[in-house]
Amino acid sequence: MQLLKRVHQFGSTKHRFASDIGSTNRQKMNLFQAINNALDIELGANPKALLFGEDVKFGGVFRCSQGLNEKYGTDRVFNTPLCEQGIGAFGIGLASVGYTAIAEIQFGDYIFPAFDQIVNEAAKFRYRSGNQFNCGSLTIRSTWGAVGHGALYHSQSPEAYFAHTPGLKVVVPRDPIQAKGLLLASIRDKNPVIFFEPKALYRNAEDEVPLDDYELELSKAEVVQQGKHITLIGYGTSIRVLREASKMAEKDGVSCEIIDLQTIYPYDGQTLVDSVKKTGRCIITHEAPQTCGMGAELSAFIQEKCFLHLEAPIRRVTGYDTPFPLVHEPIYLPDKFKIYEAIKESVNY
Amino acid sequence: MIFRISRSCFSSISVKLPPFKVHHLELDQLPQTATTTSSELLAYYKSMQLQRRMEIACDNLYKQRLIRGFLHLADGQESIYEGLHAGLTFDDCVITAYRDHCIALLRGDTPHQIIAEMMAKQTGSTKGKGGSMHYYKKATNFYGGHGIVGAQIPLGTGLAFAQKYLKKPNVTLIMFGDGAANQGQLYEAANMAQLWHLPAIYFIENNLFGMGTSIDRASANTKFYTRGDVIPGIQIDGNNVFQVRETLKFAKKHCLEKGPIFIEAMTYRYHGHSMSDPGVTYRTREEVQQQRKTRDCINYVKNIILENKVADEPQLEEIDNSTQNEIDIAVEQAKVDPVPPSTELTTDVYVDNENHFIRGILYKDSIVPKSQ
Repeated sequence: MQLLKRVHQFGSTKHRFASDIGSTNRQKMNLFQAINNALDIELGANPKALLFGEDVKFGGVFRCSQGLNEKYGTDRVFNTPLCEQGIGAFGIGLASVGYTAIAEIQFGDYIFPAFDQIVNEAAKFRYRSGNQFNCGSLTIRSTWGAVGHGALYHSQSPEAYFAHTPGLKVVVPRDPIQAKGLLLASIRDKNPVIFFEPKALYRNAEDEVPLDDYELELSKAEVVQQGKHITLIGYGTSIRVLREASKMAEKDGVSCEIIDLQTIYPYDGQTLVDSVKKTGRCIITHEAPQTCGMGAELSAFIQEKCFLHLEAPIRRVTGYDTPFPLVHEPIYLPDKFKIYEAIKESVNY
Repeated sequence: MIFRISRSCFSSISVKLPPFKVHHLELDQLPQTATTTSSELLAYYKSMQLQRRMEIACDNLYKQRLIRGFLHLADGQESIYEGLHAGLTFDDCVITAYRDHCIALLRGDTPHQIIAEMMAKQTGSTKGKGGSMHYYKKATNFYGGHGIVGAQIPLGTGLAFAQKYLKKPNVTLIMFGDGAANQGQLYEAANMAQLWHLPAIYFIENNLFGMGTSIDRASANTKFYTRGDVIPGIQIDGNNVFQVRETLKFAKKHCLEKGPIFIEAMTYRYHGHSMSDPGVTYRTREEVQQQRKTRDCINYVKNIILENKVADEPQLEEIDNSTQNEIDIAVEQAKVDPVPPSTELTTDVYVDNENHFIRGILYKDSIVPKSQ
């Protein structure tokens, strides 16, 4: 696909919802093209933006940085050696002197060598220096989630580890339009952000994405489907699964409200609370293991705020408490059938 | 390829080794020749052919989508694995990254077990739960089979520590690639090994590319055998099974007397990094073909066999056919094997699964210990 040649540089527009973007100047793009477009816009608008990581220069193993090195040069779009801890820390250093560091970690499963740097250095920089220094212009982009054949080390969803770290923000988009807006917002947010891109959607998710420079607000969840009887909360790839499950439930007369969390941390608790107060039932889903996953946090929060409104216990339909398996992936994943079953049990409680 | 031909009355053949490059060692400490016999040559040939054909069979199975996920083939590098098998014993530990099928073969798995594992079948080496990147064998001290680049290095250093602590006359071979040589954990581990004089052989399979990045674009110092700093190092031709063998024998002796050593084996992989990589976007087809023509490790042994009249072409062809047959049978058997049952999803999470509560996706599906 041709790299877009025109980039609107009239300053970015900020929106609460993607549907607020009135632009008719759109192009059909999949997720990696939307990410590519966002990176192109930022590199074009911000001369201090740098993009780096493993194999980023030739275009990236998922093509997210395609054409960017040719366009912006190797001093701005460059490869690093195979050293995640180095990539993370290097990004923190760059950000602390004012560069917009966009670091790529090729697979979320590989982020752990950088975990110490992210948790101990990046997240606490502003706090421990009394706001003298910060690495707010750091964004770490990484791939995320099951892809059908990834097995133990190409499928993990590590968002919960980072959501447990104050000082960081964690974002997971569900679609190309959201991805572009959320990525631009993440890059420009003056706090370090970890942006997880669902690898299963790189090619599979397509939409008419506005070509403008636009941002979607962080820490705001979106109700992607209105409903009356039960609230279904998810993010990333699981939004698709929730839609499928809700279609099955609709046949039984159950109307499901689906919320995309978008920003995992700090999350938009108000939208969740408003919805559960309306429906009285809630199911949270994610691919990551159950214990101490995001479902645990959201359940605790929602029951605290909506206790007297609840008609049934809050349910979590998630991956098993096992390492991500090889051939057992279809059994492991929280699919539409498991969610449908949980909806039935919740509604019939 | 230069080799001197000499026969003694025990029909041993002397092979001149290619030059070594050394770091903090003297060249005269290393052997200039290796001796071999007719039967050994044929054994090497057969074993390397088996490795080669197994890898090619996996390539075909992947393309037929019978193997899925990530597959990293080692064809072109067989002499390294043959050499390590010949130079070390099963009491020496081996640990490596994900290009591990051939090591699994040489450390005791059958082609059927290896192929079945890749196809995620119950009869596979790791019960079908690991896949291509995770082979292990306790009986022969093969510690796997690791997906995260460089993670096996400090792990292997721990194995070496245990060997020294238990006063075993054995070493640990820690294998990794040129890409992994830039991981911080290598230097942490090597520092510990040198400080405590551990019997660790840091073995770098330098196939010139870390995925698609050439060594010049990834490493400031591409003399990987010197990257151990004060730790001695040797650079060898990894495609020469004899040099690999002799170097490992030397290294074992060194490690047991003095401490760790770095070995860099120059080699080449014919396939790309994995099956998702065509392998020709960062190197030319001509380069790959040139390597096949002039530096192939199996052809090297074949030429010695033919020159020394150990066997003739038809006899070698017979070996080729028998190894191919062995692989074909293994493939057919693996195809009909069953996948592991769904109960395997939740086994082996803890040592005593029955005593642990494993949360199911729905609470009612949880595995509840009998005690509760």
